Formats: sequence, structure tokens, C-alpha cells
Amino acid sequence: MSGALENVGSIWDLLTSPILRTVALGSGLLGAVSGALGCFALLRRQSLVGDAVSHAALPGIALAFLLTGTKSSFGLVLGAALAGWVAMVFVLAIVRTTRLDENTALGIVLATFFGFGLVLLTFIQRLPNANQAGLDTYLFGQAATMLHEDVLLLGAGGALLLGLVVMFWKEFKLVSFDREFAATVGYPVQRIELLLTLLLVAAIVLGLRTVGVVLMSAMIVAPAAAARQWTHHTGMMVLLGAIFGCAAGVAGAVASSVVPHLPTGPTIVLVATSWAIVSLFVGAKRGILWQWLRLRMLQKRLAEEAILVGLYELAQVHGGERHGHTEGALRALSPNLLRVRRRLRELEQRELVEETSRGAWALTAKGQSQAQQIVEKAQEKR
Amino acid sequence: MRHDRAGDSPLAEDVLAVEVSDLTVAYHTKPVLWDVDVTVPQGVLMAIVGPNGAGKTTLLKAILGLVPIAAGQVLIFGRPLPEMRHLVSYVPQRGSVDWDYPTTVLDVVLMGLYRRVGWIRRPGHAEREKAMEALHLVGMADFAKRQISQLSGGQQQRVFLARALVQDAKLFFMDEPFQGVDATTERAIIQILQRLRSEKKTVVVVHHDLQTVPEYFDWVTLINVRRIACGPVREVFTEQNLRAAYGGRMAFFIEQREEGC
Amino acid sequence: MSQAQLEIQVIAVLVAVACALPGVFLVLRRAAMLSDAISHSILLGIVVAYFAVRDLSSPILVLAATATGVLTVWLVEALTRTRLVRNDAATGLVFPTLFAIAVILIARYARTLHLDTDSVLLGELAFAPFHRFEVLGRDLGPVSAWVMGSILLLNVLFIGLFYKELKLATFDPEFAAAQGFAPGLLHYALMTLVSMTAVGAFDAVGSVLVVALMIAPAATALLLSHRLSVVLVLAVATAAISALIGYWVAHALDASIAGSMSTTCGAFFLATYLFAPTVGLLAQVRRRQQQRMEFALKMLAVHLAQHERHPEEAVENRPEHLVEHIRWTGDFARRVVRRALSDELVTLQSGRLFLTEKGRALASESIVQGA
Repeated sequence: MSGALENVGSIWDLLTSPILRTVALGSGLLGAVSGALGCFALLRRQSLVGDAVSHAALPGIALAFLLTGTKSSFGLVLGAALAGWVAMVFVLAIVRTTRLDENTALGIVLATFFGFGLVLLTFIQRLPNANQAGLDTYLFGQAATMLHEDVLLLGAGGALLLGLVVMFWKEFKLVSFDREFAATVGYPVQRIELLLTLLLVAAIVLGLRTVGVVLMSAMIVAPAAAARQWTHHTGMMVLLGAIFGCAAGVAGAVASSVVPHLPTGPTIVLVATSWAIVSLFVGAKRGILWQWLRLRMLQKRLAEEAILVGLYELAQVHGGERHGHTEGALRALSPNLLRVRRRLRELEQRELVEETSRGAWALTAKGQSQAQQIVEKAQEKR
Repeated sequence: MRHDRAGDSPLAEDVLAVEVSDLTVAYHTKPVLWDVDVTVPQGVLMAIVGPNGAGKTTLLKAILGLVPIAAGQVLIFGRPLPEMRHLVSYVPQRGSVDWDYPTTVLDVVLMGLYRRVGWIRRPGHAEREKAMEALHLVGMADFAKRQISQLSGGQQQRVFLARALVQDAKLFFMDEPFQGVDATTERAIIQILQRLRSEKKTVVVVHHDLQTVPEYFDWVTLINVRRIACGPVREVFTEQNLRAAYGGRMAFFIEQREEGC
Repeated sequence: MSQAQLEIQVIAVLVAVACALPGVFLVLRRAAMLSDAISHSILLGIVVAYFAVRDLSSPILVLAATATGVLTVWLVEALTRTRLVRNDAATGLVFPTLFAIAVILIARYARTLHLDTDSVLLGELAFAPFHRFEVLGRDLGPVSAWVMGSILLLNVLFIGLFYKELKLATFDPEFAAAQGFAPGLLHYALMTLVSMTAVGAFDAVGSVLVVALMIAPAATALLLSHRLSVVLVLAVATAAISALIGYWVAHALDASIAGSMSTTCGAFFLATYLFAPTVGLLAQVRRRQQQRMEFALKMLAVHLAQHERHPEEAVENRPEHLVEHIRWTGDFARRVVRRALSDELVTLQSGRLFLTEKGRALASESIVQGA
């Protein structure tokens, strides 16, 4: 008993610790920024670009370290951003000047840049006396070692990126919806797209330290994909993307510091993608679950109508409205009918049909008038 | 700022709305348009017609500066396009955008006013009102708050038209506005086109239905890579010209060796 | 060269070649990024199967991992079919989810194991010779060589047996379906192969670099040839050579072999992309300059021909007009006219250009009105 209490106490200590506050704040910030900018990537069908950019950042980080010899966040972030940018240029150039498609270009750039990054990383690790420990945290991220300085960088960088999104809101929206129209009214479309891509690269690079190059792309895709399921407004979508990303960041950071041996990056990503999958199922109106339910309701209604009409027609053929008919007769009439007995019981509860003798069914007066209406409506349509 | 623009001084009535001379457009080395001359006087409804692959849409895009020009010149009201852009409005093909984009009808129409609103500022009450007016004109006012994903093809086309109307342009370019729309929309569009003409505005439409050309338009350009004819419908919409545009198969530029083959 | 070094190189070549073969079809089907998705999510299959059987060398791990890879493809396709997200976003959702679960499981429950996150990304090619395949006490070489060899054999057999079906289903799936070739089945068979190859290669080179070995040699080969059989041979050759060069570079730098192999693959691609004889970037630039002149000459000819004997001819055929109307710079226009004069396409008379017979022939050859 006292052990459990002690446990609760230590968790409480952890939750209120300045370290966790730093980590949660940093992760939340990065989630918000990548969630917001990911929305534009999603709308412009560039979801996999994030994957390429984040992997391609690795050699940039390693080179920045090799050249400057420091692990200061700013220098490494700059190196990562440059490498990510070069990767994007390669992808665009390959798509434009060869017959290879974008998927192939992304795959090549992603994997070969990453491979080069690993060569550099393993090379650095074997250098004598290098103060290199911890560079490999960029692979899967490590929020726990986040410093005050890192959070400041995230905060300043994030504020700048989001500020630019607000400033160029109309233009970003127009260019991602209809770039040709934007060009005809005189916008410098290519420069706007360039800025948007730069912001995306920057958002990815800012998150690498926490989430890691391998999984950072999910932070671009998942909050945006979740947000898309809940709204039909661009503004609301970007806002929700930021909120979802932020929530995933905070939740992941807290969970991984409370539960031992829970790596932060993968945990944040798992929270974000799980929410995206939940959103896909239950998201407003378009959700898979609602689609399925609507389909079921429709199937049920059609089945009920088929039964009512079937009994109506059977009654007309074999004299007498009170004459009961079996399920088999109904099935013979419309072979695709499913769960006839269950439907009949439900109709019975609504007093539309009744069981005249065991296993034999007939329409009630109410059922008969309803069946008649259905038949008339069908004839009208014809 | 806006008052410095060339177009705000009244346009001379005799200046051509569009003057295309010696226009050549090529993808790689394959010419899509070859040495085309087109002139459009002010206040006409002009159709661009020609067989598939004749370069109709390319002509429109080249005039609008959306595709690089290999040679030739385009003048809008006697000046290069960048100076006269504010007088020009474009209705792209419906299929050119993602209609699943999360936005509303009113928002799309407002996009026509973004440039006028300027950088950083947001469209306000006045712009909204103007957009609603345009939606009234195309009979879509009741749909202002509707998601664009819920529109029919004809409704989408009318929204695009409304977005062009709010621009207060003097010259309109439309790419296949009648493609796959319902009869109501077709009537609505043609009424608006005629109304624009009555206001002395100029409309250039890429069109594929030869039968309706004499009924809808008063000016026509026939092209098939080269310009076949350009002028008033009753003068140039002749069997001979049509045969020249559609009849024989247009032999293409010899240099068709695919790159790298 | 020691025995171990030799064995590592043999395994490296086997891995590279086994990856390159199915890679060609992935690239041709524009599904290159599926290899990224598959190679990541197979980790979950390995981890889950490991928890079930508690043996890292059990063949069940390979089966489970392969199945997870195929499941990934199916999930991406199912998500795309809902039309709630597009294919790119579906891919970007599915594999990070599975991969994140796998990494978390490893970090929490398998920390003391041989399965650590470093080997997930780097593979352990350098240690491959330590796992020996022994039958009745006789050493038959490293296990990885046998595994990769078998996978390579399977790939070769599959592609060999279904060569024409694969070719057809890749280039024209609808026609293939109409012919009764069941492209869906073939697609999943191919994905199973990709998945299995990724599982085999995963041990040696890790999850991300599988992508490099699958995509880069295939893309390099596709830049160089249009014939499927040639492409396959070129991809295999590039992969094998990259593996060997990669090994020796890594040896010299004392760095990751897998990383070095994929960097070499990338370098081959880059070199091909820049310098390939006809499709290379440099060749493209050179050709474009040449074509620009040829095109300009034809344009000049057609321009003059179109205005020949028209009232506006007096204006249209002045050299200055070319600068003014055809948008050539003065310098370029002068070069074109000079070239046209020296090629005897035009003559210059009192400041006006006239077509020669040869020039007129060029004009009508450039643009011919059919009957």
C-alpha cells in the first residue's frame, strides 16, 4: 500500500519536474508546428516529401558536426535544413528531367542520403576523442535530453514559421488550391511554393532532435490527416492540425517520462498516428464507421421494404391478406435478402407484420398501407 | 498604387483586346502552336475551336503566360500582359483543381479578390458582399456556405465563373466552360456571357461543340497547331475553313524523335 | 583478404542483387515508396514473432515479417480506397505506426536482446560471417549467405517464370486483366517477394538501406535502357558493383558497410543522371542548345513561308522584325539569320529575307498539311 503511494508520489514529482516541463513544452511546440505545416503538405499531396526530407537531413547533421565540432542545436539544425533542402532540389530535378516518377525520386534521395549519413555517423563514432556521443539520438530522437536552449530554439523557430503561415495565409491557401489561377492574377507562384516548401523543411528539421529522422515524417502526415477528417475549412484544418500535433507531443513526452523505457519519439508518433486512425473511423460525417453505418442503415431499409413489398405481392397472388407466408417464400422472391427473420421480428415490433401461424407471416393493416405506398412510389419513379 | 496602372486610364476603343502575333509554343521540340496570329477586337464573344490536340487550351495558357512561349508576342489592350493583368480574368477547366479541398463556395469566389486585397490583409465585409453579388449572378447564392466537395459539375463551373466575375475584368478567358455541365448551367453561363458582351467586355472561350458556335458566339478562331482562320463567325466559320481545321489529318512537325530514343 | 572479408563481400553482393531484381518492377509500377513502407513495418512482424517463439533464428520470424510487409501494402491500399486520404498520406500513416510500435516493443521488452535499434537501421553485415551454417558438424559457410542465396534464387525463378506476365501487368494492367492474367494476384505475389527480400536483407543492411538497394540500381538501369531484359541485367550489375565498392570504401573509412553500399548506389545513380550519353543532364543541355538552333531555323523558314506573297510580307520578313516579334534576342536572331544564310535557306535582298528553294522545302517539311 505504502509502496503504491510512494509510486504515485514519485510520478507526481516527475510530472511537476522542470525537466518534464521542458520536454513537454518542446514536444508540444514541435507537434504544433509540424501539424500546421503538414496540412499544406497533405493538401498539396506531398505527404511523402516529409519522409525524404527528414531522412536526408542526417548527413547534414553529421557534416555540420564534422565541420564545426560542436553539438550546438543551432548549427546542427542549420546543417540538417541545408541537407533537407538539397534533397528536395534533387527530387524536383529528377522528376523534371527524367522519366522516373516522384515516388522513385523520393526513394532514391531518402535512402542514399540516409546511407551517406550513416557512413558519416559511424565514421565520426570511431574518431578518437570526439565529443560525439549523442549524435545517434537523431535517429530515433531523444526528448529527455532536451535543454532549455533547445526549447528556446523550438519556440522561436516555431513562432517564426507559424507567423509566416498567418502572414501569407491567403496566398498559401490559393496556391495549394489552384496554382494556375494564382498565376493569372499575378502572384509569383513559384516563389510562394518555394517559401511553403522551405517552411515545411524547417518544421521537419526542428522536430528531428525530439522525434528522430526515421519517424519525423509521421508528424507531418498524421496530425494533418486527422485534422482533415474533422472539418471542411482550410483554417480550421490547420488549427486542428496544430492542436492535434501539440497534444500528441505533450502526451507522448509525458507518457515516455512516466513509463520506464518508453522511447519519446516513437511514443509521440504512435499517439499522433493512433489519433489519425481513430479520426479516419469516426471523423465528422466522412468517417469509415459512419460510412459503414449509413450503408448498413440503407441495406436494412431496403431489406425491410423488400419484405413488406414481398408480402404484399404474395398476398395479392395467393388470395387473402390474412394468409401467412414463410421466410422461404420471401427469399425466393428476392434471393439477396439477408437476416429475414431478424428483419421480420423488427417489423413485427413496429406492428407492420404479424405471425399468423408458426413461421408464417402476413402484413397488418398498417403494414399493408405502407407497402402500398412503397409500391406506388416505385411506380411513380418509373 | 492602383491608380498608376496603365489600365486605369480609359482604354482607347479601337485598341485590340488581344493581339497574338507569330506565337509558337513547343513542348521540348514538338510544336503545339506554330506561328499563330490571332486578333480579338473589344466587345466580342470569341470561340476558339479546333480538333483535340490542336492547341486550344495551350493558346489560352500562352496568352495568360502560364506556359513558356518559344517565339512570338502577346499584347493585351496594346500592352504586355504583366501591365494589364488586372483587366484579365481566367476560368480554368473544372478538372484542374482538387474539389475535395476543404473550403466553401464563398471562399473560392473570394479568391478572385485576393490580389486586390493585397498581401497580408484579409478580405473583409466589402469583399464578401461583392462575392455574394457574383454568386447571385450565377444563381449560386444559396450555396455560399456549401462545401465545394458537395457541388455538381455544373455548380462547380458556376462557382468558377463567379470567381472570375468578382475580378471586374474587361477581358475573360474560359477553358471549356460547357464541358460536362447540365442544361441549366449552360443557359446560365451563356446569359452571363451575353451580359458581359452587352457591357462591352470581351470573352474568349475554348469551345468544342461546333454546332453551338454560330448561336453563342460572334467571333471565332479556328486552330489546328497553326491558325486556320480568325474573324467574325459569319465570315470565317465556313465549311472550307472547318475542313482545313478538322478534315485532313494535320501532319506534324517532322522532328518527332522522342527524347532519348 | 581474409576468409571473413570474402564472405562479407559474397553476402553483400547477394543482398544487393536480390534487392535490385524486384526493385525494377517497383520502380516501373511507380510504387517505389512501398519498399520504404514494407522495409520498416517488417520489423513489427519480426518483433511480434520473436515474442511468440523466443528465438531470433526461427524461420517463423521470416514468415511473420513477410506477412507484415504484405499486410502493409494491403492496409495502404485499403486506406486509399476509403478516399479519406490519398495514397501518399496513407503510406505515411501506415508504416510509421507499425514501425513505432515495433521500436517501442523492442525498447520496453527486448532491451537485453540482440535486437536493438542500431541493428534495425544499420544491419550487421560485418558480423554475418559469425553465424555459421553447419550440417552434421560440417561448416557450410555463413547462414546469411544461404538465406540470401535462397531468396535470390526465388526472385530469379519468379521473374523467370512469370516474365511476360509481369511485363504485361506492369505496362498495361487493364489489358493483362482482360487477357485473364489476374494482375491483382501478380501484384500481391510481387509484394510478397519484395517483402521477403526486405526481410532477408534487413538483417544485413537494416530497414532504410533496403530501399536504396531496391530503388537506386533499378532507377539507374531505367535511365540507361528501355528494354526490360536489359534493365534487369544493368540493375543487377550496378547493384553488385556498388556492393563491392561500398564494402571497400567502408573498410577504408572503418564505417558502416550498409551505409557505404547505399551511398555507392546513390553515386552510380547520380553519375548516370548527370553524364549518361543520351538521357544525362549534360547531354540534355547540349542537345537542347542544338535543337534550339535547328528549331529556330525551321521557325524562320515557316514564318517566312506563311507570310510569303501576303501584303504584310514587307514587314514580316525583315530581320529586325524577328527580334521584335518572335522574341529572339538581337544576338540570337543574328546567329539564326547568319546560320540560315550559310545553310542557304534564305537570301538577303535589300534588307529583306527571302526563302530559297531549300528553305521552302524545309518549311513545308516542317509543317505539312495533310489531305
